[in-house]
Amino acid sequence: MDTKDKKVVIELQDVRREFQVGDEVVKALRGVSFKIYEGEFVTIQGTSGSGKSTLLNQLGCLDTPTSGEYLLDGVPVRTMTKNQRAKLRNRKIGFIFQNYNLLAKTTAVENVELPLMYNNKVKAQERRERAVKALIEVGLGDRLEHKSNQMSGGQMQRVAIARALVNDPTILLADEATGNLDTRTSFEMLVLFQKLHREGHTIIFVTHNPEIAQYSSRNIFLRDGQIKSDTYNDNILDAATALAALPKPVD
Amino acid sequence: MIFLIITIIIAVALYIVARTTLLGMTFRVAVKAIANNKGRSFLSMLGIIIGVAAVIVMMAIGQGSKESVRQNISQMGTNIIMVRPGADMRGGVRQDPSSMQTLKMEDYEAIRDQASYIMYTSPEVSSSGQVIYGANNTNTSVYGESLEYMDIKQWTIEEGTCFTEQDVQSAAKVCLIGQTVAKELFPDGGEIVGKTIRFKSMPVRIVGVLKSKGYNSFGMDQDNLLIMPYTTVMKRLLAQTYFSSINCSALTEEMTDQAIDELTTILRNNHKLKADADDDFTIHSQAEMMETMSSTMDSITLILVVAAAFSLLVAGIGIMNIMLVSVTERTKEIGLRMSVGARGLDISIQFLIESILISVTGGVLGILVGFGLCQIATSLFALPTSIPGWSIILSFAVCTLIGVLFGYIPAKKAANLDPIEAIRYE
Ligand SMILES: Nc1ncnc2c1ncn2[C@@H]1O[C@H](COP(=O)(O)OP(=O)(O)OP(=O)(O)O)[C@@H](O)[C@H]1O
Ligand SMILES: [Mg+2]
Repeated sequence: MDTKDKKVVIELQDVRREFQVGDEVVKALRGVSFKIYEGEFVTIQGTSGSGKSTLLNQLGCLDTPTSGEYLLDGVPVRTMTKNQRAKLRNRKIGFIFQNYNLLAKTTAVENVELPLMYNNKVKAQERRERAVKALIEVGLGDRLEHKSNQMSGGQMQRVAIARALVNDPTILLADEATGNLDTRTSFEMLVLFQKLHREGHTIIFVTHNPEIAQYSSRNIFLRDGQIKSDTYNDNILDAATALAALPKPVD
Repeated sequence: MIFLIITIIIAVALYIVARTTLLGMTFRVAVKAIANNKGRSFLSMLGIIIGVAAVIVMMAIGQGSKESVRQNISQMGTNIIMVRPGADMRGGVRQDPSSMQTLKMEDYEAIRDQASYIMYTSPEVSSSGQVIYGANNTNTSVYGESLEYMDIKQWTIEEGTCFTEQDVQSAAKVCLIGQTVAKELFPDGGEIVGKTIRFKSMPVRIVGVLKSKGYNSFGMDQDNLLIMPYTTVMKRLLAQTYFSSINCSALTEEMTDQAIDELTTILRNNHKLKADADDDFTIHSQAEMMETMSSTMDSITLILVVAAAFSLLVAGIGIMNIMLVSVTERTKEIGLRMSVGARGLDISIQFLIESILISVTGGVLGILVGFGLCQIATSLFALPTSIPGWSIILSFAVCTLIGVLFGYIPAKKAANLDPIEAIRYE
């Protein structure tokens, strides 16, 4: 892949993250370094406990490394204030949590509106319009006013995707974003991600499913908090074609 | 009325803010958080409701009693100045009986003729004992007064007439009768004026019946009395030459102080007191009495209000407690909001608004409950109440302050949470 004229969005330099659990030190990340260029679609795979979520939390400015440097658009995140990081999470990054993390007792629309609430440039009217649009995109146009506890796991996951898309982030971080969806719906989401990729968004997609890796431009494998392999995909499959090839759902 | 207008303005302003701004969104989130926990929010509100209601009721009773005492005192007469014999007894030193006989006829005449700040003057001699008519009798007080007493004490005559100057000159055996005495002696009603009653075996003719004044705020029946010419009481009843007091009325309330100075000069001259000698009389004014009464009432009110205010403090701690629980309970939500871009400030404002909302809503309800309790106190127990307007504004201010003060620590705690730790919190 030609990366000469591409801008580096994310750069990790020997990032380590350790957790103190009682007397024991858990090393979740043991020196991870890589660069991600603008417009890449990266899948991250690895066994359970290999540090994928921990890595994604670093990238999402939700957590800070124990050591090492994380440069976002060339700026070290370590030097930013809490408020600057909050603003980044609000405007630049869309984050899809492994366990959705929706607001309880709150409707789908309100959940999706949430990031825009903390953006005072977006007025109430526009906020709602954008939230509805995002929900339609993930196929939940008919579930706008459903509360989070009245939805299935897959529906909640799609609300979480819509919430990550609503602020039109340049970087999209997804932690098992299709883990709870059936094949058909996962492909629908994959079509959506590929569309966003084509539009220029940078996507980092954590998954357990090796099949999904075929639809991204780059695959990173983690093992025990270290990168085991980092390969570019020369033959990116088209999710829309795969979706069309799926057997039609029986009504 | 003002209260209503203020409420409407606040409501409209809040509505506009709620529709348009981030603050408004936060406000709605806070309302929702309270609505989601109605029972708990209400319980923590209850402290504020009780506290505010207690403060309002205490202030209303304080203010009401003060007003009624004032009214009572002013009902006693106009700008009264009382001159009593003997030096000021404040030291508690026992004085010999002769010092209580310093007010003489010459003093009365001098005041009447020379004092320029005095409108009315009446010497007073009093006695008490049994009064009899036929088979009925009762105990009462007799006041010997001049005609001007009627103006000083604002007595009006319901039936008959007052005694005359002629009666005073001749020490006539005539009297005015108070309503209470009249009822005791003439339980069957009928014509009272012209009847002759006996006081200490002296027959006196009733020339007039006084209009009732009722009880004063010290619980004294103001209608249990007979008024006679002072000459009659002095010569025929007591055979004494001194007065028990001289009551005067200043020209206006503002002139009370000048009048007192003038009286002092006249009496000191009359009594030929040396420059360094103490007064052998004491002067009190109605204005001074009012002053003393209201400052006493004020301090009683203050004590009550402070006691009630402590319950507000306790209520504030209750709110803080519930807000701390709320922050802990919603740690995950806080983490989530932070993960999508809420700053610490946004989070702390949300919790501050929530605590202010609880305390101010409690305050409004407390004011309403306070109003209700005042109505009940007035109609059921005849307690005089008057809610001072500023107490409502004060309640609002105090409630907002409580919300901010006791919401601050929980809000701070929420704002300082780490997003990823908060979101993992179960
Ligand atoms: N807050 C934490 N405190 C202590 N240990 C943690 C914490 N977060 C992660 N770990 C540890 O770090 C390691 C990596 O965890 P992580 O959640 O990143 O795994 P993962 O690759 O996302 O796994 P999965 O595929 O099951 O989601 C695990 O051993 C986990 O126990
Ligand atoms: Mg994970």
